[in-house]
Amino acid sequence: MTADAVRRNAASATRGIVRSINRGISHYLFRRLFKAVFTIFFVTTLIFFIIRLMPSNPIEVYINELIVQYSFTYEDARNQAASLFAIDLDAPMHIQYLDYFSHLLRGDLGTSLRSPGTTVLSVIAKFLPWTLFSLGTGLLISFTLGISLGMVMAYKRESFLEPILAGIGSILSSVPNYVIGILLVVFLGVRWELVPISQMRGSMTPGIQPGLNPTFVADIFFHAALPIATYVLTTIGGWMLSMKSSTIGTLGEDYVSVARARGLPEARITTAYVGRNAALPLFTQLAISIGFVVGGSILIEQIFVYQGIGYQLLVAISNRDYPVMQGIFLIITASVIASNFLADFLYSRLDPRVRITGRE
Amino acid sequence: MRQTVSLYQRSGVERVKNLLRGIGSFLRLIASNRVGLLGFIIVIFFILLSTVGPRLVPLDTKTKVAQIYVPPSWEHPLGTDHQGRDVWSQIVHGGKDILYVAFLTGLISTFIGVFFGSLSAIIGGGFDSLMTTLADIWLTIPQFPLLAVLAGFIKLDSLSLLALILAVLGWAGLFRAVRAQVFSLKERDYVEAAHALDLGLGHIIFSEILPNMMSYIAISFTFAMTSAIYAQTSLVFLGLVPISTSNWGVMISLAWTRGAIFFRDSIYYIMSPILAIALLQLALVWMSRSLEAVFNPRLRVGE
Repeated sequence: MTADAVRRNAASATRGIVRSINRGISHYLFRRLFKAVFTIFFVTTLIFFIIRLMPSNPIEVYINELIVQYSFTYEDARNQAASLFAIDLDAPMHIQYLDYFSHLLRGDLGTSLRSPGTTVLSVIAKFLPWTLFSLGTGLLISFTLGISLGMVMAYKRESFLEPILAGIGSILSSVPNYVIGILLVVFLGVRWELVPISQMRGSMTPGIQPGLNPTFVADIFFHAALPIATYVLTTIGGWMLSMKSSTIGTLGEDYVSVARARGLPEARITTAYVGRNAALPLFTQLAISIGFVVGGSILIEQIFVYQGIGYQLLVAISNRDYPVMQGIFLIITASVIASNFLADFLYSRLDPRVRITGRE
Repeated sequence: MRQTVSLYQRSGVERVKNLLRGIGSFLRLIASNRVGLLGFIIVIFFILLSTVGPRLVPLDTKTKVAQIYVPPSWEHPLGTDHQGRDVWSQIVHGGKDILYVAFLTGLISTFIGVFFGSLSAIIGGGFDSLMTTLADIWLTIPQFPLLAVLAGFIKLDSLSLLALILAVLGWAGLFRAVRAQVFSLKERDYVEAAHALDLGLGHIIFSEILPNMMSYIAISFTFAMTSAIYAQTSLVFLGLVPISTSNWGVMISLAWTRGAIFFRDSIYYIMSPILAIALLQLALVWMSRSLEAVFNPRLRVGE
């Protein structure tokens, strides 16, 4: 075989591998995407039937309320309800269901019952960004910090600090998130008066011009500081402990010993060999925990009176504002599913095994 | 055939003996781990506090204006609340509901998880993949918002109903865990033998597979309890569950709305239920983690 033929063979082999990598990834992502879309469809259907089949059907409740409080006639009340819920109450169930979906696909989530004229979509557009901002920042800080601390714990497991860190991690990860939120308010705000909790309420100080200017950025971080601190404190323990055991497992792997034997610089072994492989299982965990943390935002935002989507969901539930409730729940689920998908995508980028075979 | 079956059925005495032996080995496993033992002792303490305690300490319901937010003393070990009532007596009486809901949720969700998990693993095929897909989808739905939305539709004023809803919402996690366990157990010889003897699905699940994953079920049970305690107290704290009796969640909610944000002296009032809940959660987690470490040798590396 000539040198040229060898080169050609090698080139085609490389091309083959690249092709199969691409196929693997697209196949994997395609399945994930399909699952994500199906889950959203499932949840929407679930909500549709919950609202219509519950013993205290919200539409009936609303009709009754109009009749009793505003002395509407039954016909008027019914028409009003139908227009607010954007449904035809006389149509058979399957037609209503199709109608509901066609509205949803057009991005029409209905209008609020309590403040007529306000679309559910505008409520979401107004409050969702704040939750995404505070929760996203919190998760990012806690994930990076937790992973680093976990690695330090694994490397220095003989040190006296390790059991202390492990104890703190274990306590933080088992105590309910609202407990930590309340403790922050009671101790930092009321008892020691370290932070001005009443000024920190809300998502921003009224009157500040939104935009990419230092005052605005500083202001939103000032208001989000306590929610972010709570998200970090309640999730960091889990990352620390998982990363510690994952790193200890990775340190025993052959490829790490080989890398050491090859005389690679320790810093490179720590980041590219140990860190990267040890962090892999945590990405799946990140995906699972997102749903839980988002759920917790209802409590956290209530405690700090932070005007995010979780706070609005609670307001809608207390007001029995069903269209808003339904819309916010859908958007929360959709964001959880989207972030799951994102975590899967990151995972597939980080783990060559997933990239090539399309399997976990 | 019938005679063969009766040979395999154990007598009542033997069953009790087996049960005692199971409990004995469970206790030994817990005691082998210091943190786990501590958790176990704290859990027992809270159970005693909430079952025996109310008989010894009467609930203080009298409003005493002169004694609002009194710091701890011999008379009031945890101080008094916004109406001058003793906080300690409220703590003693406030755990009952929470433990009841937690236990009931644990029981129901363990039953659901074990039943469908083993059914799915044993039947396999289309049913299994349908159930697994359903569980996967269910796990993506954020549980707490769903629960909060449900609380807007259903009046959750009965503790048992609340437990039932919590258990049904949390079915997927336990289902997946049990299914994986049964998958590994069903290949064992004694299960195959039971199959060969045609002992029926119920017998195989409840008499052959279940006893062999008892400790594992105990872990799942404690896990279901912690999530039930979290969900229940959170709902009460947010005011979504109309529970009027004395309950740690109600105490936090009252302490929070009536004083914690304004009065520095209210600290003993709000801290008492918070510490009770946090400690109970921590103890349950410690207990189950130590069990996990015992059963999963891979985790022991990290200790």
